[in-house]
Amino acid sequence: MNIIGYITDIFKGVISLLKGMKVTGSYFFRPWTVVTQKYPENRKKLEMYERMKGEIVMPHNAKNEHKCTGCGICELNCPNGSIEIITFQLVSEDGKKKRAIDKHIYRIGMCTFCGLCVKTCPSKALSFAPNFEHAVFSRERLTKILNKEGSVLEKGVEG
Amino acid sequence: MVEEIQKTIDTEEEYTINMGPQHPSTHGVLRFVVSLKGELVKNVQPHCGYIHRGIEKMCEKITYPQIIHLTDRMDYLSAHINNAAVCLTVENALEIEMPERVKYIRTIIEELSRIASHQLWWCAFGMDLGGLTCFFYGLRDREKILDIFEESTGGRLIQSYNCPGGLMNDIHPNFQQKVKDFIKYFRKVLPEYDQLLTGNVIFQERAKKVGYISKEEAINFGLTGPSGRGSGFACDVRKRAPYHMYGKVDFKEVLYTEGDTLARYKVRIDEMWESMKIIEQLIDNIPAGDYAVKMKPIIKLPEGEYFQRVESARGEFDVFIISDGNKNPYRIKFRSPNLVNLTAINAMSKDHKIADLVAISGSLDLVIPCMDR
Repeated sequence: MNIIGYITDIFKGVISLLKGMKVTGSYFFRPWTVVTQKYPENRKKLEMYERMKGEIVMPHNAKNEHKCTGCGICELNCPNGSIEIITFQLVSEDGKKKRAIDKHIYRIGMCTFCGLCVKTCPSKALSFAPNFEHAVFSRERLTKILNKEGSVLEKGVEG
Repeated sequence: MVEEIQKTIDTEEEYTINMGPQHPSTHGVLRFVVSLKGELVKNVQPHCGYIHRGIEKMCEKITYPQIIHLTDRMDYLSAHINNAAVCLTVENALEIEMPERVKYIRTIIEELSRIASHQLWWCAFGMDLGGLTCFFYGLRDREKILDIFEESTGGRLIQSYNCPGGLMNDIHPNFQQKVKDFIKYFRKVLPEYDQLLTGNVIFQERAKKVGYISKEEAINFGLTGPSGRGSGFACDVRKRAPYHMYGKVDFKEVLYTEGDTLARYKVRIDEMWESMKIIEQLIDNIPAGDYAVKMKPIIKLPEGEYFQRVESARGEFDVFIISDGNKNPYRIKFRSPNLVNLTAINAMSKDHKIADLVAISGSLDLVIPCMDR
């Protein structure tokens, strides 16, 4: 009796192994089910989802204008201090003083991509960009200035 | 001399070895100090705290919307569920009723992340016990869920999709179709999991009657989630204290009474079927409406104590907030299911072989960052 049980156990075990190999074998003969991508080679064809939280950017229009008024709400809402805004007083032609941004500093090395700055910005000046290749050789390059050189506030955006 | 020492080690005295902090089967930095007698485990002493970041203390300095992104970093495999737990606590404290749409979407994404978490657990558990194929197959299917997450929420592993008052943004127009496609695909693929691993004779030998824990002991240790339900302890918070849409959908609480590693494995496989059932009931009827309630720019909770239980992928996740009326909490406490489940490992692994310790700690599905916080 023991010997018969021993032999049936062996056969049951072999059958269970064959069942598993049937699954892997069926994939072996179906090469179109392969989902692996060759990453650095397919860089040009890569399409990321538009909402992907890759990095924070400040969109500029064709006339080099942005929407940031320098109110500092994003700086206030950032949980780990990765945003810093440096403002100055802009005197317009009719003598009115107005706040404008000098530098919108964004430290991507400290950013946790919680999305609070993008969500709370009253003038929708910030947005996420689907760029994910952030490797750089020096730590200083992780500190970015989001407003472009010589850019001004877009007309119609209230400060 | 050497022979003498060898004799005392082998026969009378126990000797201790370190498993971890860098061990592939602990899936993180967890250290077990194991007392062995020969090959038999006599005592397991877990040492945690290697990635303690002080999240609870950090939460006392920041505002309620900012807490959300820190809870992502605790149990990263059920990040959305942790987010929802904090949001629910804040919303209940302010007595705000969420729109139906928010509840539907939160429930669907919670169930999707439960499936994704169990899939990753399945890959890792199979790999711990020597089946490398599982790892590829599980990750292949999990990728589809992560794509759905990425399209709607912007994040793959950690989404930060919830905020007090609703959701960060509305779901993507493709969301419903993609979820339906995934369910259709996964219903076809999930039986393959059984063929690959569940019926496998090597896996059965290593999982059956290993790490037994009785129902009484499971309750005493406070085991929750699939680990507790494998011992017959009906502890599903979705059934006991329904939140979101769980009171209105039809699903079964998976219970096994064997209490061994195989039972805990089967609970998770069956939970994936149940999660798919929940999603199918909700996905077609997402009501139109707002995706968030307008909240004040600075959220202040009224003075008092607030508590909320949710069922994360690993067990009961609780949030307890004491507020003194300010914009940041006076004290916040998270009850992590992982830390509580870990306490049972000594009782489970007594008099088993050291190789079984890997199977037992794998079957508890420990996520170390949630344990250390």
